[in-house]
Amino acid sequence: MHIPLTLQFINLLAALLLLIAFAMLAQRRILSLINLFAWQGALLALSTFIVAYSTDQHHLYYSAGLTLLLKVLLLPWLLHRLIRKLNVRWDVETMINIPTTMLVGIALVIFAFNLAAPISQMSEGITRGLIGIALASVLLSLLMMLTRRKAVSQVVAFLSLENGLFFAATSATQGMPLVVELGIALDVLVATFIFGIFFFQIRETFDSLDITNMEKLKDD
Amino acid sequence: MIDTQLLVLLLTPLLGGVLLALFGSRQWAAELNSLMSFFTFIAAVMLTVRVIDSGPQVAFHEQFFIDQFNVYLVALTAFVAFTTSLFSRPYMRIEQHHGKLSVGMLHLYYSMYQLFTFAMLVALTTNNMGIVWVAMEAATLTTVLLVSLYRTPASLEAAWKYFILCGVGIALALFGTILLYFAAERVLGEGGTALLWTHLNQVKGGLEPTVLKLAFVFLLVGYGTKVGLVPLHSWLPDAHAEGPTPVSAVLSGLLLNVAFCAVVRSKVLVDGSLGTHFAGNLMMGFGLLSVTVASYSLFRQRDIKRMFAYSSIEHMGLITFAFGMGGPVATFAGMLHMTVHSLTKSAIFFAVGHAVQQTGTQLMENIRGLLQVSPTVGWGLMLGTVAILGMPPFGVFSSEFLIITTAMHSYPWATPFLLISLGVAFAAIFGKIQPVVFGETTAKPLPHSPALIPVFAHLLLVLMLGLYMPPYLADWYRQAAALLG
Repeated sequence: MHIPLTLQFINLLAALLLLIAFAMLAQRRILSLINLFAWQGALLALSTFIVAYSTDQHHLYYSAGLTLLLKVLLLPWLLHRLIRKLNVRWDVETMINIPTTMLVGIALVIFAFNLAAPISQMSEGITRGLIGIALASVLLSLLMMLTRRKAVSQVVAFLSLENGLFFAATSATQGMPLVVELGIALDVLVATFIFGIFFFQIRETFDSLDITNMEKLKDD
Repeated sequence: MIDTQLLVLLLTPLLGGVLLALFGSRQWAAELNSLMSFFTFIAAVMLTVRVIDSGPQVAFHEQFFIDQFNVYLVALTAFVAFTTSLFSRPYMRIEQHHGKLSVGMLHLYYSMYQLFTFAMLVALTTNNMGIVWVAMEAATLTTVLLVSLYRTPASLEAAWKYFILCGVGIALALFGTILLYFAAERVLGEGGTALLWTHLNQVKGGLEPTVLKLAFVFLLVGYGTKVGLVPLHSWLPDAHAEGPTPVSAVLSGLLLNVAFCAVVRSKVLVDGSLGTHFAGNLMMGFGLLSVTVASYSLFRQRDIKRMFAYSSIEHMGLITFAFGMGGPVATFAGMLHMTVHSLTKSAIFFAVGHAVQQTGTQLMENIRGLLQVSPTVGWGLMLGTVAILGMPPFGVFSSEFLIITTAMHSYPWATPFLLISLGVAFAAIFGKIQPVVFGETTAKPLPHSPALIPVFAHLLLVLMLGLYMPPYLADWYRQAAALLG
């Protein structure tokens, strides 16, 4: 079977995306986590660009540019600034049992591929694995949100969750309509600002960014 | 014509948000807030009259779509947003007097309140399933800082939970939207029209069923998180209990409805495509679970706002169940229940807000004898409670009666669950509210006169809907129910 070069390349990028999702799951240093997030954004921008090139859709060039601007430059820069101001730049998270987390992650990937199987069968040729990969990276980010105890890493997980969704939108479909993508980008940007405000409020009130302090509200 | 009307409706709260962002710390900010909400309400009424007269229509190159169903939610949203702004004026003054809020916090509150209204109205009127998502997320973003307005540890925790859980939930809804687009693209082709609800509705029979099934699961779980369906509800009681009371009132009374509208829109597409009752069954399951779990949780509550938040989960469950059953009668009953629930629940929150201000606590064991200090607050709370518990002659009784009789007819196995849950909810809430209203008092008079006109206006409307439903209104609801099938 002859496979066009561009599609092979997109598949390679998808595999790298999944790899980065796993790396984020295991990464304990906050600074490296943000760098990994920036790399994920770069892969995303590149794959969007290739999809735009191979399908000749102009609006996808815009969204590739938008991704580059927002997820590779602006958001990581904001996060770097935040952790410098909050003085948590060199924080290392104590996580219980990374191997178990990784095993759960692998189970999630298998689950995602199974769930996406009926859909993959409908897409033509080589892109079939992509929606499964996108769903898998969404689920891995969810897992990361569950296992993290620091507010900053939870937010990075949240943003990488959005990356997974964006990948689903560009690879499985040919990208959502531009208005929708602009709206989503705006929401993500505003959300990051609000998260930033929150970090300071949380630090002021609890003296740390550890969200284990914030498990007091219960029914009684 | 419809374009201008819609533009006025959407631009008024947006303009209000901008104006209050500029002048929110002035003395007259509260009045400006009410005035803008009033204009929004007038615009909503005019749009409603037009849509009822001439049927469903699209506007702005089909980007917006208004039919009898969503215009009903537009009218309800604009009305409750207006009365809540009336309530919040004296309420916030008293909070300021008690030293709980500063001018800066009020500034944030007023401008976010208008932007929140704007986001909800966009989510209701847009025709684009992608924009629905964007507007729902925007509605979360505008309210998250309001939940943490008091900056107490508890309110920060509640806001963080709200932000993260709703963020995750709504991310899943986005995945559902992407899947929907994936299925639609093969029928409608690429580009703008494949996410437009009106187009999707026309071709729903040709959409790929397996994809739509999966898409609906994601959409239901995603938007269901915002509706507060069990087991995705854990953010809701916290957010409703810790935020300022006007915010609790609009979250409980309005935002849940708006999220529910998105669920209903998806359900129409999916069941139309599958030709089965898959989406309806899922909704009935979630609804029944929510009603049951929430009503039993009511017993454990000590915080008065938390208890009524659980009551909102219970009622949203009932509404989800009603729409899940489908058919003209159940859908009609579900819409009626949404109306009376929004009106009653926001009235209760208004009364609760003043009761909490009088006693300085949200714990029910410390709030006693409201009637002795201010009979109006006490009676407002008592009548609201009686209404929300489904006692005749209030409107909640009529809608619950309709829902249960329909369930008896089509799904007899579900009726015992519903009846027992409603009974349990009655015992729990009534038993806790009675000593709060009657008996020896712990309350102190307020430094400003409370805002009770909205409370009694809402309760009067609910009473009217229980005794007599004007033919105009009944006709409107029937048409909307017919559209949803």
